[in-house]
Amino acid sequence: MKVWHFSEMAYHPAWPQLEESYRVIIPSRLYDPKTGADLYHRYLDEWALCDELGINIMTNEHHATATCADSVCTIPMAILARETKKVRLLALGMPIGNRNDPIRVAEEYATIDVISRGRLEMGFVKGVPFEISPANTNPTELMERFWEAHDLILKAMMSHDGPFNWEGTHFHYRQVNVWPRPWQQPHPPVWMPVGSPGSASEAAARGITIGVLNTGWVRTPAIYEAYRKTAAETGRPATLDKLAYMALIGVGETREEGWRRADQILGYSRTSGIVAPQFMNPPGYASDAQSGQALRASGAGFRAGRIQARDGRNLNPRTMTVADAIDAGLVFAGTPDDVFDQMRAFCDHVGGFGHLLMMGQGGLLDHKETVANLTLFSREVLPRVEEVPG
Amino acid sequence: MQRMEVGGVSLEVLTDGQGPPLLFLHGGDYFAQHRDFFARLARRWRVIAPRHPGFGGSARPDGFRTVHDLAYLYLDLLDRQELRDVALVGSSFGGWIALEMCVRCLQRITRVVLIDSVGIKFGGREEREIADIYALSNAELLRRTFFDPARTAPDYAALTDDEAASIARDRAATALYGWRPYMHNPGLCQWLHRVRVPALVVWGENDGIVPPDYGEKLSQSLPNARFQLIREAGHYPQIERVGEVADAVERFARAEVL
Repeated sequence: MKVWHFSEMAYHPAWPQLEESYRVIIPSRLYDPKTGADLYHRYLDEWALCDELGINIMTNEHHATATCADSVCTIPMAILARETKKVRLLALGMPIGNRNDPIRVAEEYATIDVISRGRLEMGFVKGVPFEISPANTNPTELMERFWEAHDLILKAMMSHDGPFNWEGTHFHYRQVNVWPRPWQQPHPPVWMPVGSPGSASEAAARGITIGVLNTGWVRTPAIYEAYRKTAAETGRPATLDKLAYMALIGVGETREEGWRRADQILGYSRTSGIVAPQFMNPPGYASDAQSGQALRASGAGFRAGRIQARDGRNLNPRTMTVADAIDAGLVFAGTPDDVFDQMRAFCDHVGGFGHLLMMGQGGLLDHKETVANLTLFSREVLPRVEEVPG
Repeated sequence: MQRMEVGGVSLEVLTDGQGPPLLFLHGGDYFAQHRDFFARLARRWRVIAPRHPGFGGSARPDGFRTVHDLAYLYLDLLDRQELRDVALVGSSFGGWIALEMCVRCLQRITRVVLIDSVGIKFGGREEREIADIYALSNAELLRRTFFDPARTAPDYAALTDDEAASIARDRAATALYGWRPYMHNPGLCQWLHRVRVPALVVWGENDGIVPPDYGEKLSQSLPNARFQLIREAGHYPQIERVGEVADAVERFARAEVL
C-alpha cells in the first residue's frame, strides 16, 4: 500500500469570523496576504519534508473558501515538482468540468510531469456543488463537460504528430497541439474522487483510480463494490492500486497525543461542509429525485456527504468528537499501533485498497505538531502500512 | 394535459377554451399555479400552453440547449397547427422565448404580451439587472418572487415525491437554457425593432427578480408597446393578480389602436 500526505492549505485565521458559510460569499478582506504567505510556505515545507520521510504528496483545490487556500492545485505541485526528488505527486485534482480550457490543463499537467521527471499522478474532479458558483459553469451539463474534457486532455497528451481537430459539444479547437508532451507514456496515471457507487462504476469502466473521501465505514463498501463489479464486467479486473481511501490521521507517542492531533485535524471536517444552503444544490447537479427530496425538506439544500456512525446514526460534523470520527471511519488516531490497527480493520471491512490518502495536516494543527505527526507516522506506521498488499 | 407533436418533439400541452388562439409560454417555475389564469383566458381564447422541452412531461432532444431552439420549435408549432392571428403571451423566461420568436417571424403573430420578461441586457457589465436566483436563500427568493409569498408559494413539505421531482426538473431545465449568459441573449437588444406587432408589457410592481424599470426599458425598446404595472404583485402577477392581468390582456386584445 502507498501513502500520500494531503492538506487543504486552510486559511484558518479567518475561521473565527465565519458562521453561516465558509465558502462562496466570504469577503477576501478576511485574508491577510502576509499571514497567507507564511501559511503557504509552511504547508509547502511540510510537503517537502514528505520527500525525506518517504510519504507521497497530494494536493487539491477549492475556490472562494477559507477552508482551502489552494485554489489552483497545479501551483503547489509545480513548486514541489522541483523541490522534491523522490516521492510521487498526486493532484486530486483539477475540476475539468468547471475549467473553460482543457488544453491549458493538459499543458499544466504535462509540464509538471516533465519537471518532476515522471512523478505526476493527475486527478480529474467533478467538483462539489458549491464549486459551480465560483466557476459560473452550467451545472446541468457538468458531467458532459467533465467527460469531454477528460477525453480531450488524454488525446492531447497522446498525440505527437502535430495538430488535431476537436469540435465537440462543449470544447472547440482546430489546432490541438500540446507541448510539452508528458514524461510518462502514454500519459500520467488518471485519478478521480468519487462519492457514490454510480460514479465509481463510471471510473471503473475507464480504468481510472478512485479516491474515496469522507464516505466512512458505512458508505465506502458499496462504492468499492460497484467499482470491482463494473471493472470485472468491462474486462479490466480491479487491482487494489485502483482504490484509494482518505482518512484524517493523528498519531502520537501516547493515545492522548494522537487523539489531540486528530482533534485539531478534524477542524477540516467541522468546517468544510458549512456552506450557505443556496449553493449546496445547484439545479441539475443532483438527480431530480434527490433535488425533489431536498426541496421537500427545506426548500433548498442537498447534502450528499452526510457522515454516519457505524450503527447508521447521522453525526453532526460541526460537533463530531475524535471517538465519533474513529467510529465513522473518517479518522485513524492514537498510538502507532492504534492507527495501524484501525486502518487495517477498515481496509478489511471495505475489501481492501491500495492507497491511503492521509490528511496529516488539517484545521488548526500547527507546523511543529504536523512535522511531529508526519515524522512519527513515517517511522512507526508507514513501514507496516507499506507491507499491506496493495 | 394533451400531447402535441412538433417535428420530432413530443410536447405536453395544456389546452383550454374556444376562440382565437393564444400561445402561453411559461416561466421557469410555478406552472401548476397557473390554473386560474388559464381558465380566465379560456373564456375568450383557445389557450395553448406547452411545457417547454425539458420541463414537465416534455422530453428535451439532446440538441436543444438554447432559447433559439425553443423559439424555432414554437414557430414550427404555429406553422404546423396552421394557427393565425395568434396572441403570444410569455412570462419571465417564456417572455424571452416570445421575443426571440418575434424578432424572427411575425407571420402568424398578431399581438404579444410580455409579463415580467427576461431576455435582454440593457445595462453595463457590472450591473445585475436580473437577480441571481441561484445565489439567493430560499426565503429571499420567495420574498422577491411574490408580493405575498405566504399566500402564493407552494407548501413544499406537503408535495408528493413526484411533484417535488417535477419542480426540480423544471428548475434544472431553466438553468440549462438560462445559466450563461444569465437569462439573456447579449445580441437580442439590437433586433427588438423587428417586434413590429402591438406589444403589452405587464409588470408586477413588487417584482424583486426583474424590477419594473427593466420592464419600462423593454417597453421603450419595442416599436409599438405599452407598459402596465400590476399593483401588489411580484414576478408572476398572473398568479397573484389573475383578474387584473387577464383584464389587461383582454383590453389590449380589443384595442384597435394603442
